[in-house]
Amino acid sequence: MEYKDYYKIMGLSKDASQEEIKRTYRKLARKYHPDVSKEKDAEEKFKEVGEAYEVLKDPEKRAAYDQLSAAGWQAGQTGFEPPPDWNAGFEFHGGGSGGNTFGDADFSDFFENLFGQAGARHQYNASGHGRSAYQARGRDTHAKVFIDIEDAYRGASRSLTIKSTVLDKNGHPELKNRTLNVKIPKGVKQGQYIRLQGQGSVGTGGGSSGDLYLEIEFNPHSHYQVDGSDVTLELPITPWEAALGSKINLPTPGGNVELKIPEGSSSGKRMRLKGRGIPSKSPGDFYVILEIAMPEQLSDKEKSLYQELQKASSNFNPRYKLGGIR
Amino acid sequence: MNNDVIESYTGIIVDDGETVSLIKLSHCCDLSVEEILTMVEYGVIEPLNFQTSHIRWEFNSSSIVRVNIATRLQRDLEVNLAGAALALELLDEIKTLRST
Repeated sequence: MEYKDYYKIMGLSKDASQEEIKRTYRKLARKYHPDVSKEKDAEEKFKEVGEAYEVLKDPEKRAAYDQLSAAGWQAGQTGFEPPPDWNAGFEFHGGGSGGNTFGDADFSDFFENLFGQAGARHQYNASGHGRSAYQARGRDTHAKVFIDIEDAYRGASRSLTIKSTVLDKNGHPELKNRTLNVKIPKGVKQGQYIRLQGQGSVGTGGGSSGDLYLEIEFNPHSHYQVDGSDVTLELPITPWEAALGSKINLPTPGGNVELKIPEGSSSGKRMRLKGRGIPSKSPGDFYVILEIAMPEQLSDKEKSLYQELQKASSNFNPRYKLGGIR
Repeated sequence: MNNDVIESYTGIIVDDGETVSLIKLSHCCDLSVEEILTMVEYGVIEPLNFQTSHIRWEFNSSSIVRVNIATRLQRDLEVNLAGAALALELLDEIKTLRST
């Protein structure tokens, strides 16, 4: 088991006051909250900080943890096993308010070994709003799914492993790994949610299960850029293709298309292929931005041909709008 | 921890076209109708047919996501509903700015 340095996770010194811990937690929670944060690994960090806070905010758990870390464990060190009577003399009260609510009470093995499942928060399951305490609908759960742009055109299947609390035949909650094979319908957009009805947490006392929401995130693509349901491609073309016009076999996530480039096209020219964006009831468009590429080195023959071209088109001044500078 | 059998499901896109009733929204978000009404009052979500009596209110189904985010922000960041509504508005604005 890996030892976790909760102080280091929160960037606090070991003698931080309870007030300081609370303040730091609030700051970090705002920074890493998955609904707000654009940080990489925000959800992972948010959970980690939540776990650290769960221990440090509670003076009893903190004191027990401090005693343990006095033995000189370092963050990330593996092979950690708590001594058999490590928590003798400390009394933990489960539950408690505050702390984060993202995902199930999914703490590290380290935490669960020390404080047990009982130490984890279970207040999510509390109904808390006037509904009968004996029957409550399960919570909606959330997860992020990464797909490729091509998957949005064709639809995709993803296997997800979800840790969820289910009730065994005696009505005791236990953590189970469930593997769901999820079909993602075509036409999903970046940031959109898809819902799997009844696949969230189970309800208590016969209450219905919550729903599972999957937030769709696109893997970055080496040449397509996505904006809503529109897709853009920067298309490099040769100077003579731009000058003379041409037909190009254009790759799009939905398959290759023949694109006609009109003669006299400049760099930056934007062309639209209507309805070739992400498909849906109102499909997006596919945009091509032309980019004239030059060979890195010109042969002597090419050079002389360009010099001829220079003489032949001496009237052309692309900087005309800039005050006619030559 | 046990590994269960693999189950297959097809997801439904939470799309702008679909609508949900007030009651359905309250079920989906595990909140009471009163709590949903408070969210409307604070502008977190808006019914599509404001003029009618609230029992007949229909919401854009993306409201489910907004209500859930507002609930999480309240719980996790200890902000009140006005704060959560403000955060959601700013998040919308950031999204618009990024896409232009």
